[in-house]
Amino acid sequence: MHEVDMTKCLLLSLQEWKRGQEPLTPVVAAVHLQVGDFTCVEPEALRFTFAAAVEGTWLDGSTLEIETVPLRARCLGCTSVYSPDSAQAYRSPCCDRPMEEIVSGRELRIRSVDYSLPQQTSDPAAVPSR
Amino acid sequence: MHMPLSDTLGLNLMAANQHQADHNREHFDAWNLLCLNVMSSPGAGKTSLLERTITALAPHLEMAVLEGDMTTQLDAQRLEAVGVPVVPITTGRACHLDAAMVSGGLCQLQAQLDPAALDLLWVENVGNLVCPAEFEVGEHLKVALLSVTEGDDKPLKYPVMFREADCVLITKVDLLPYLPVAVQRIETHIRSVNPAAEVFQVSASSGAGLDAWHQWVLATTREHTRQAALVEVG
Repeated sequence: MHEVDMTKCLLLSLQEWKRGQEPLTPVVAAVHLQVGDFTCVEPEALRFTFAAAVEGTWLDGSTLEIETVPLRARCLGCTSVYSPDSAQAYRSPCCDRPMEEIVSGRELRIRSVDYSLPQQTSDPAAVPSR
Repeated sequence: MHMPLSDTLGLNLMAANQHQADHNREHFDAWNLLCLNVMSSPGAGKTSLLERTITALAPHLEMAVLEGDMTTQLDAQRLEAVGVPVVPITTGRACHLDAAMVSGGLCQLQAQLDPAALDLLWVENVGNLVCPAEFEVGEHLKVALLSVTEGDDKPLKYPVMFREADCVLITKVDLLPYLPVAVQRIETHIRSVNPAAEVFQVSASSGAGLDAWHQWVLATTREHTRQAALVEVG
């Protein structure tokens, strides 16, 4: 399940972001992701591994909000944008051309973090380091 | 005291892997070699193809292999037998190579030889049509294999892999007479999801189509290393 490794990547990026907040320790309410439909990521699996990975860490209690982005492609025959479908072999319905230019659907992005900053400095001993 | 705040990050989810992959590629470029990441489902014929291709290209190119395998070193032993330096990377539970594993493999490779003497580094990924597509390891180009026995629907079922590939090899074409599969249909599906890919029909067992593939590897490697050399001079 590669979502485990993707969650690790996500946590590393969040650790990096947290270091930017020092000496305060942010309390994270939600992490917002954008995940394209044309990726190998299963949002449910990502939610599951995230929940398991943050247990007992500084991110415990935060939720993972995943916005899925549909696959859209531009037909280079007529420049219209269409939703590629595997039943049509991803070809454009207008001109029957192959899927040339992908407009959206490849996103794997950490969009934003919702958090609050308590009025206290972080205690390094209390922060599980990687 | 808890002010609700929000930071826009706009970061690649895979940033941590991407940084390591970029770092690996910097090494490849400093050594002026081409790195090809070879991917397919288990049993599509990656190792058999590499045996033939490495043997054929050995007089022309200095090569090495980073061999990804979940638990065994069987593939690494097969490739060592054709006389090329091989570093096995046992991935354990992971169903793909990631950039950090390849970085570890590079350290081992450096203990064996000077990578600057190489023209071409093959990375044979773990057999899997899903995960490796999202984990860049620092390669310059991705090569995907699809054997004719897997059926003509696979480019549509695993489109990300075939979309991401720069070169797709349809393998085991010697078996076509025994299968209810039209190779042209496989190729059409590949081109529908990825019109830019180079596509070759090959058989490592009969040798059919291998010449065209070998010429492509040779030309691509020479073009890459020549261009890298020009950048260095410039």
